[in-house]
Formats: sequence, structure tokens, C-alpha cells
Amino acid sequence: MNNFRRKTLLGAAALLLLKPFAALAAWHKEAFSAKSAPDALKSLGVANSTPSPDVVIEAPQIAENGAVVPIEITSNVKGTTSLLVLIDKNPFPLAGKFDFSEGALPFVKLNVKMGETSDVRVVAQAGGRSYVATKEIKVTIGGCGG
Amino acid sequence: MAGPMKMRATLAGGYTDVRVLMTHPMETGQRKDAEGKVVPMHFIQNLTLKVNGRTVMEGQVSQAVSRNPVFFFRLRGGAKGDKIEVSWLDNQGETNKTETAVA
Repeated sequence: MNNFRRKTLLGAAALLLLKPFAALAAWHKEAFSAKSAPDALKSLGVANSTPSPDVVIEAPQIAENGAVVPIEITSNVKGTTSLLVLIDKNPFPLAGKFDFSEGALPFVKLNVKMGETSDVRVVAQAGGRSYVATKEIKVTIGGCGG
Repeated sequence: MAGPMKMRATLAGGYTDVRVLMTHPMETGQRKDAEGKVVPMHFIQNLTLKVNGRTVMEGQVSQAVSRNPVFFFRLRGGAKGDKIEVSWLDNQGETNKTETAVA
């Protein structure tokens, strides 16, 4: 009886733990496993991004430590629902995809690892169209391996 | 095991700034340990940001995010006392979350 009760409780606890993620979009394995930025974008269904000054990347021109490169991205394109971050020369370029809904600004600041000097692309998606900005960040010490 | 998280949410000029710190190794699967063995991949994959129980941001990230990730998000408006919740899920099924009230 006691044993049964414990199992039931454990089951309930496990369900509670899992529940917050039940509605989560699954991690986009195909895009995150792509070995080039165009392939990653293709598997996310993003094509023909228009270069736009409204997509802003704030990052250092030279990152001394590739293990921690601070990047701040903002889209001033009206109706932006999603921001993608790609680091062209990383082994797997797609670093992040952020989907925003009402209430959150299309803005995120994060630290990324960069293996070597590379272009960083940010793609903003708004109303079925996509806009892109790129910025080269020079890395003096790589942040992959170690 | 998942380490502690820290979060701060502050109102400033009509926006709520949310700063969250997660304790996580973010292993890429490329690094080798002292004995030359490859350290298996272990990294956060999903992030969720909720305001008063409503999801406003869903993120998916790769192993390219730095160790012990820090994220900065910005919300339109907001009021003191709004409940902010951030949770993550990694590739090994570990998860953690933290809650704070807007100050």
C-alpha cells in the first residue's frame, strides 16, 4: 500500500515537472545540426532575406575571448515575431531562435561562443518576410574545444 | 545537476528589463577532459519566458551559447509586482525554473 502510494506520488511529481514543457515547440534539430548558415536557414523555411538597417547587432568588433562574446540584437521592423542568430563559421552556425509574442520586444542580449573570426547574421521575421543584418566579429582566442 | 538560477526584473522608462542567469556547463561535445576523453554534449535547448503565467518568449538555443548563460529580455510596459518566470530544458532532459516579481 505504502509502496503503491509512493509510486503514485512519484508519477504525479514527474507529470508536474514535465507539464510546463508540454506545449513547447520541439527543438529544431535539423536546423541546429546544419553545417552552414544557408542550410540552417533553408531548414527553417527562411529564404531571400532582405538586408535591412532596422535589424541591429550590437557587438564588439574584436572579441578577445571567443568563449564569451556578448551580442545584443534588436529588430525595429514592425511586427517582428522571431529573431535568429547565426555564426557563419561555427561548426553548427545556428546559435539561437527566439520567438516573441505580444508583450515582449524583439530584443535579446546573450553571450555566445565563437570558434574563429566570423560573420554573425541576425534574421528578423515579420509578417511572412525576413530581414537580415550581418556583422563581422574578430576573435583572437577561439571558444570551441579547449 | 542543474545549478541555481538568478533573475532580476526592473521597470525602466516604460519597459521591463529581465536579466536572467542560469548555471549550466553548456558542453559542446567537442571539448576533451584532462584524460583526453570527449566530454559529451550537455546544453540548454529550450527557454520560456512568462509574464503572469502567459508565455511571451520561446527560445531555442544551441551549444554555441556560453557557459552559465545570461540572457537579457525586454518587455513592453509592465507593473511592479508582475510575476516573471523563466524556465529551461536541456538535451539531457534536465530542467529548472525561477520566478521573480518586477521591482
